[in-house]
Amino acid sequence: MSEAAAWQWGRPGAASKPRERSETGTAFLFLLPSLLGLIVFLILPLLASLVLSFTNWQMLGKARFIGISNYVNLLTRDPTFYHVLWNTLLFTVEYVILNIALSLAVAVWISSLRWGKNLFRLIFFLPTFTPLVGLAIVWLLIFTPGGMMDWIAGALHLPIPNLLTNPNWALQAVVLVSLWSGFGYNLLLFSASLDTVPPSYLEAAQLDGAGAWRRFWSIKLPLISPTLFFGTVMTAITSLQIFDQVYALTRGGPGVATATLGFSIYRQGFGAYHMGYAAAISWVLFLIIMGLTALQFRLQRRWVHYDA
Amino acid sequence: MAAIIVVATAFLFPFFWMVSNAIRTNDEVLAVPPRLLPSQAHWENFVQAWLYLPFGRFFLNSAIVAAAVTLIVLVVSSMAGYAFARLRFPFRGSLFAIYMGTLMVPQAVLVIPLFLMMSRIGWVNTYQGLILPMAFGSFGTFLLRQFFLQVPRELEEAALIDGASRVRILVSIMLPLAGPALGLLALFTFTAQWNNFLWALIITNGNDHATLPLGLTLFQGQQGSQWNFLMAGTTISVLPGLVLTILLQRYIFRGLSLTSGFGGK
Repeated sequence: MSEAAAWQWGRPGAASKPRERSETGTAFLFLLPSLLGLIVFLILPLLASLVLSFTNWQMLGKARFIGISNYVNLLTRDPTFYHVLWNTLLFTVEYVILNIALSLAVAVWISSLRWGKNLFRLIFFLPTFTPLVGLAIVWLLIFTPGGMMDWIAGALHLPIPNLLTNPNWALQAVVLVSLWSGFGYNLLLFSASLDTVPPSYLEAAQLDGAGAWRRFWSIKLPLISPTLFFGTVMTAITSLQIFDQVYALTRGGPGVATATLGFSIYRQGFGAYHMGYAAAISWVLFLIIMGLTALQFRLQRRWVHYDA
Repeated sequence: MAAIIVVATAFLFPFFWMVSNAIRTNDEVLAVPPRLLPSQAHWENFVQAWLYLPFGRFFLNSAIVAAAVTLIVLVVSSMAGYAFARLRFPFRGSLFAIYMGTLMVPQAVLVIPLFLMMSRIGWVNTYQGLILPMAFGSFGTFLLRQFFLQVPRELEEAALIDGASRVRILVSIMLPLAGPALGLLALFTFTAQWNNFLWALIITNGNDHATLPLGLTLFQGQQGSQWNFLMAGTTISVLPGLVLTILLQRYIFRGLSLTSGFGGK
């Protein structure tokens, strides 16, 4: 990374003033399309949704500015908000921990195999580039009352109710489907990183009597920690936004047992046309994402090593 | 070795179950005890599913949207990525930080104002409405900047001294070198759009502009009890991603390491 950092900041004194001025003009032209797109389709809508969240706009009719009423209603009157918030946070915590643990464990497992490394990595990666909605519908068939899952639970005499119709279990079904369809991406990311660990480090440690666990904990883990950090941050950002699986599997049900913030925004905005209210929920979601990401960047100093 | 084979086989079961149910009669779908394979293969179910709802149309719509977004992303991000990697201009660091910050913005925050904007200009249920709002994320700029930073400066310095313009350098020196990174970005963008559901759900109504994932849920809503046809439709939507992954596996495995970091501290 040090080499890249040197390029990034440029070599001191490499440029003379006139060249810098001419580069500013060129840079502006090069950036123009992406800047325009970003402003029109991202930054303006972002600000617009903040403004909307202070109105009672309902699609038809005039919008009225109502201050922070939407937020007050959300936090004090909405009978389902805390349930929805809890679902979203529980899903995210569960999913991120299980996803990272599973993808790291399987990546280490596969990299220790003598043959077929790429084949197994490929198999677990297969769902990644296919529509989540389609995959969720396949699982819907597996989970449907009287379907494969119920039959397996019955045959093994497991005390598991039907996952999708039970309010206490439905969110776990969403976690399971998300893990199955999503952990292959991090698996591949971590595998690529594990492959760059120099074998000489591991051999040296082995000669010094370090066991497999010790080699993993003290050598591999610190060396891949930047990738692990990247994977964790990105997985947290995407899982807080969960929508597709919920829509296809449960439509938020039974009751609000699997309704998440992403699903509530859709239902309030495009089901009930409470656009202002939905915008307020979306800003709560955005604030949570920003807060969690900032927290992760603060904590990274404790465990991420860039100069190994 | 045996353990991982068992795990991998179990992992693949949903794909097997999808195809196996796509080619049986609906009575056999929920048979007790479940049958792993249909008593007879009904391949004509695919034709039936195709006729129930215009899956051909959904397929085409998905392809048009994904291809158009990919094309825009490639052009726009290589220009911006090059500027951030190689050109000196004021506020470069802060502007790049803003680009990175936009990666955190959830789609759910944007869809309501975007929908409002699209309905104002009459772009609801149009291709441009499906395509343009999805084509300007900053992930591509970030990815290509990381790649361009690793290209030795000497390669373009000779051309600069000869008086070549920056456009020329980007097109004839940098882009040919960036083949793997561009390919990876194209693959990511294409599949992300092929699978994009939320925006298609909001900006289209009816079958005309529905993409595959949306078409599946429309089918689910109308013929939800026809599991065999639903599985046939699902197979149609899942297959391109599977084939692409298998064909391009080497490429994906190698390219993925390019995306694996925030590029230092």
